[in-house]
Amino acid sequence: MAELTYREAVARGIAQEMARDENVVFLGEDVAKAGGVFKATVGLLEQFGPKRVLDTPISEQAILGAAMGAAMTGLRPIAEIMFADFIAVCYDYIANEFPKTRYMTNGQITMPLVVRCGNGGGARFGAQHSQSVENWCMQFPGLKVVAPSSPVDVVGLLAAAVRDPNPVVFLEHKSLYATKGEVPEGEIVDQLGIAKILRPGRDATILALGMMVSRALQAAQTLQSEHGIDCEVIDVRSLVPLDTQCILGSVARTGRVFTVEENPRQLGWGAELVSIIADESFYDLDGPLVRITTPNIPLPAADALEDLAIPSVSRIVDTIRRALSA
Amino acid sequence: MANKLAPHSATPSPNRSEATLIPLTKRLEMYRLLSLTRQAEQRAFDLFLQNQIKGTSHLSLGQEAVAAGAAAAMQPGDLSFCTYRGHAHTLARGVPVEKVLGELMGRDNGLMRGKGGSMHLTSVEHGVMGSYAIIGAHLPIACGAAWRAQYKGHKDVSVCFFGDGTTNIGAFHEALNFAACMKLPVVFVCENNLYMEYTPIADVIPVQYPAADRAAAYGLDRIVIDGNDVDVVYETLSQAYAKARAGHGPSLVECLTYRYSGHSRADPAKYRPAGELEKWKERDPVKAYRKRLGALGVADAKLDAIDAEILKIIDEATQACQAAPPTSTDILFTDVYADGGCAWRN
Repeated sequence: MAELTYREAVARGIAQEMARDENVVFLGEDVAKAGGVFKATVGLLEQFGPKRVLDTPISEQAILGAAMGAAMTGLRPIAEIMFADFIAVCYDYIANEFPKTRYMTNGQITMPLVVRCGNGGGARFGAQHSQSVENWCMQFPGLKVVAPSSPVDVVGLLAAAVRDPNPVVFLEHKSLYATKGEVPEGEIVDQLGIAKILRPGRDATILALGMMVSRALQAAQTLQSEHGIDCEVIDVRSLVPLDTQCILGSVARTGRVFTVEENPRQLGWGAELVSIIADESFYDLDGPLVRITTPNIPLPAADALEDLAIPSVSRIVDTIRRALSA
Repeated sequence: MANKLAPHSATPSPNRSEATLIPLTKRLEMYRLLSLTRQAEQRAFDLFLQNQIKGTSHLSLGQEAVAAGAAAAMQPGDLSFCTYRGHAHTLARGVPVEKVLGELMGRDNGLMRGKGGSMHLTSVEHGVMGSYAIIGAHLPIACGAAWRAQYKGHKDVSVCFFGDGTTNIGAFHEALNFAACMKLPVVFVCENNLYMEYTPIADVIPVQYPAADRAAAYGLDRIVIDGNDVDVVYETLSQAYAKARAGHGPSLVECLTYRYSGHSRADPAKYRPAGELEKWKERDPVKAYRKRLGALGVADAKLDAIDAEILKIIDEATQACQAAPPTSTDILFTDVYADGGCAWRN
């Protein structure tokens, strides 16, 4: 078992799939010769050559459009949109093209492609390079949306995304690239649509994603040691497909739910999850559903401001402690 | 002004009728395609006036020579990427009339069983890789299909049709740059019908030819042709396809033409200057081709017989669609995902 960084896991996952299937190709801005602006794709050009690892112009529409045309005619492209915020300049493909083509053509066209992005805040990049865009993507029937929180999940979920016959948006967290974790040797293939209970608990369920997962785990530890509150922490991992059974099962055991979301409050992914829980597990609940989110503001750049905006360990602890003692 | 482009301004050879480079069998095939697309579009127009076709409809009446010439120059396996004005391009690749009319009429016998409608005609088995209703979206997509051909060593060409209005959207420029840099086997065919929806294209571009005058920015040749002359379209695109197939990269071809109806069903086209439509009708692509074939010795009766045969096909298709059941409602939830269903959660 080797310890890999999250960024090394990205390259490992892509390499695993490219080595397995010559139809897997990879394109994006600065991804080949430079190895990616986040250095998450270092070595791929050297290993697979310029026909399969392509530096593109700064043309996000061309990147996603080309990925789509290649996918619908037999390749399995991985396209990088450097910062997830840039999805906004090629949103037509995310909103109108990828997810609807199969349906509109009555199943004639299959779209096996992956769009990888550096998602999320914490890097002091300001409002246009820090957003968590899960909800920009998860609202379209036909698209899948995945967000790994650990190196081993990066490899396994990326492999699952590449092998999936549907378009998948793969949201890497840019503030996790330097984090490390154990990754077993050999081929790793996970499954989309499976949440993971990372810490079992009896008093409350915490639903987290991406960078919020480690904060939820730290908060759970503090809540246990300092307040005797025993939280179950679930890494949702995949928003579409969503592992509702895992989540509702946990709610049935704990009776309380807290989402920890990096996105601004309005229409964040947790809103959909609490809506499902309210519909289907209402009588399991012992109290209100609580969403812990970034407030409804653009993300600021300065350390002191950004740290205040994104849910912190202490905010998670305080919110849960107050809710459970009320 | 809208009629800045005189109808004959770009015709490269006024005496095409004397040319014999195109075999007569190919010419008759093209006449057949002209007759088919003209009569089928006329039928679509009639059916929506009778409210048998709902929604919207963007017709190619007057522009048939581009679809006919482009398709006649293609080889089996070549791929078409069309726009919401895509009926003619779809029919020209051999998709049955009944399938197209059925789709427009929301019937179970439709090409996509009513799930796509007029603006999304797709028939993968005929190489029609979709009709795209978001302006410009399909230019990068065609690049992707061409990239696949290049990568896999396949010999097919991706042909992408779009209107003059598309030349002002970002995806047009991103696609041309991408295709030219990568020398992709893709051919971009601009149908310049003088109007971007309701606005004269001349009012919104700083150059004369919306596509061709931008070609130099991507190292491509400036090609403007008479899009109402099916022989010219056929010959020009044959060369462009051959160049793409040989690995020499993309072409951008601007075809000057004119649409007889408004932009869509909702548009009576009252913005056109008086006499413009009549002037273009003098150069009707179907009539002009009949004349040329006549000069080449083809009897009118032979062409009339082709027209009659096609009318019969269209009549039978119309009746079959009218008799077909409405789209089965059990497909409402199918094919959202590749497992055939729409489940997004367990």
